[in-house]
Amino acid sequence: MKNILGKDIPEQIQGYKVVKPFQGAFVDLGEIKKKEVSLKNVMPGEEKVLLSIEEALKKCDIKDGMTISFHHHLRNGDYVLNMIIEEIAKRGICDIKIAASSIFPVHAPLVEYMKTKVVTGIYANYISGPVAEAVSKGYLKHPAIMHTHGGRARAIESGDLSIDIAFIAAPTCDTYGNINGVEGKAACGSLGYATSDALYAEKVIAITDNLISYPACPIEISQEYVDYIVEVESIGDPKGIVSGTTKVTKDPVGLKIAKMTSQVIEASGLLKNGFSFQTGAGGTSLAVAAYVKELMKKNEIKGSFAAGGITGYMVEMFEEGLFEGIFDVQCFDLKAIESYKNNKKHQGMSASMYGNPHNKGAVVNNLDVMILGATEIDVDFNVNVTTGSDGMIMGGSGGHSDTAAGAKLAMVVTQLVKGRLPIVVDEVTTVTTPGETIDVVVTERGIAVNPKREDLIEKLQKTNLPIISIQDLKKIAENMTGIPKKIQKHDEIVAIVEYRDGTIIDTVKRVKD
Amino acid sequence: MNIKTPAKAGTMESNDIYVMVKPNDEGGIVIDLESIVMKQFGKQIEKVILNTLKDLGIDNIYVMAKDRGALDCTIQARIETAVKRGM
Repeated sequence: MKNILGKDIPEQIQGYKVVKPFQGAFVDLGEIKKKEVSLKNVMPGEEKVLLSIEEALKKCDIKDGMTISFHHHLRNGDYVLNMIIEEIAKRGICDIKIAASSIFPVHAPLVEYMKTKVVTGIYANYISGPVAEAVSKGYLKHPAIMHTHGGRARAIESGDLSIDIAFIAAPTCDTYGNINGVEGKAACGSLGYATSDALYAEKVIAITDNLISYPACPIEISQEYVDYIVEVESIGDPKGIVSGTTKVTKDPVGLKIAKMTSQVIEASGLLKNGFSFQTGAGGTSLAVAAYVKELMKKNEIKGSFAAGGITGYMVEMFEEGLFEGIFDVQCFDLKAIESYKNNKKHQGMSASMYGNPHNKGAVVNNLDVMILGATEIDVDFNVNVTTGSDGMIMGGSGGHSDTAAGAKLAMVVTQLVKGRLPIVVDEVTTVTTPGETIDVVVTERGIAVNPKREDLIEKLQKTNLPIISIQDLKKIAENMTGIPKKIQKHDEIVAIVEYRDGTIIDTVKRVKD
Repeated sequence: MNIKTPAKAGTMESNDIYVMVKPNDEGGIVIDLESIVMKQFGKQIEKVILNTLKDLGIDNIYVMAKDRGALDCTIQARIETAVKRGM
């Protein structure tokens, strides 16, 4: 069958529940049911702290075929996932499904476990490094399932993704399972991506390198959800957990794009009191924030909130009084952690609160402006951030689709050509985010507005910004680079890209060597 | 025509191409190309290198090129510079 974007979707996919083709960004909303959770009560006097991971696995009755989950706040410094899977492999267990909110180069040992069938399935919102390459080459038994940040929370809450054991990397944990991310040597701040795991997994194990006496306040994940606690030497390498400083780009092209982006925001009429804003940690995204900051100050605008993965730069804007508060699902640097720890208006949020379409309203629904990246964008404004132009997986939606769907103005901000590859193309290699949720593309050579945003086109035509059609942008790019040869792929599906509502928006086919 | 001595041009920066040329005593043109966009543009890059060499009248040369996503004009310029430095 075909989904609404014309992508071929198989009727059945091995190792995948019910195939539902993508029908449009806001079609599958209405009434839903959440899953039931079974759990074992803890009696007065019972101890939760266990001596080893081995003991915890035994207590949780680990067996073949189980789904175990992880969250990615420790990013490329994470030790926990590797630690657990190594212990599981030692016990001769196989056919494990890994539900990690994101997978990074540090998780390279997974590749070997994929080959030996210890690991046969992966659910993730973002995969980079050797694991992404191995999935692209078809080493995993079942297709990997790629969620969005909000979509993962939805999948867990609905039972589409049923977790047997959730492992929470806990920078600080007390002896009864109260967890926070703001203290300890592996402090990472908000633990927003772990919330659904803790609430809906059958068993929850906290892995900590900072076990303290009861109670560990502030509490981000509470004792009522945690079965066991294991203390280990170290849960992660602080150098891989946080970036030192996130900096505004110095690249003149990046700055030009950022400046134009801020002018579009100004012209859109959204930049007024109550303004809300989200941007990534990349140099150009931060440059957009810098220009927006200037405009806010000049026009004495008091915004309502900044959201997302939070950088020190957003904290600075908040501290200067440009925003009323911050919603934080993940801290990107030390400054963000510090602010999250100390400022009451720097509010943590779960992945569900952030972007789940199947709750009573996610934070993304209240966003005015979202700054997004793209590996490719096609003439229908569909965006790929999942695969490179060579067809290899190199990322994933993360919050891309969630924020694009929610924001009043979803802006893709990119250079028109990167390393000879045209970014605006006829058809993206993989659709991550549907074009109907993207409003504008800003490149150094011109700005293309989604034709369905007639209101915005009208506003921008009153400015002297270089507005052109997306087809013309594509032509300019191709004139510079030439037309890239189409990548040959096998028919075998190695990954399924789920839209945030759980429908299939696209698939990734196995790359040819 | 042949070149006299090994020479190089370009950098390993993104969007550039690093070119090293040396005389090929066995005769003919040998191109050893690496590119981050090999699958999409490998053939095109080789064609540009060959055409540039032809325009310069070079028919015996060894070219080693490491491409980081250079546009055709950049490739032409780097090849021409390397060849003229080697003459």
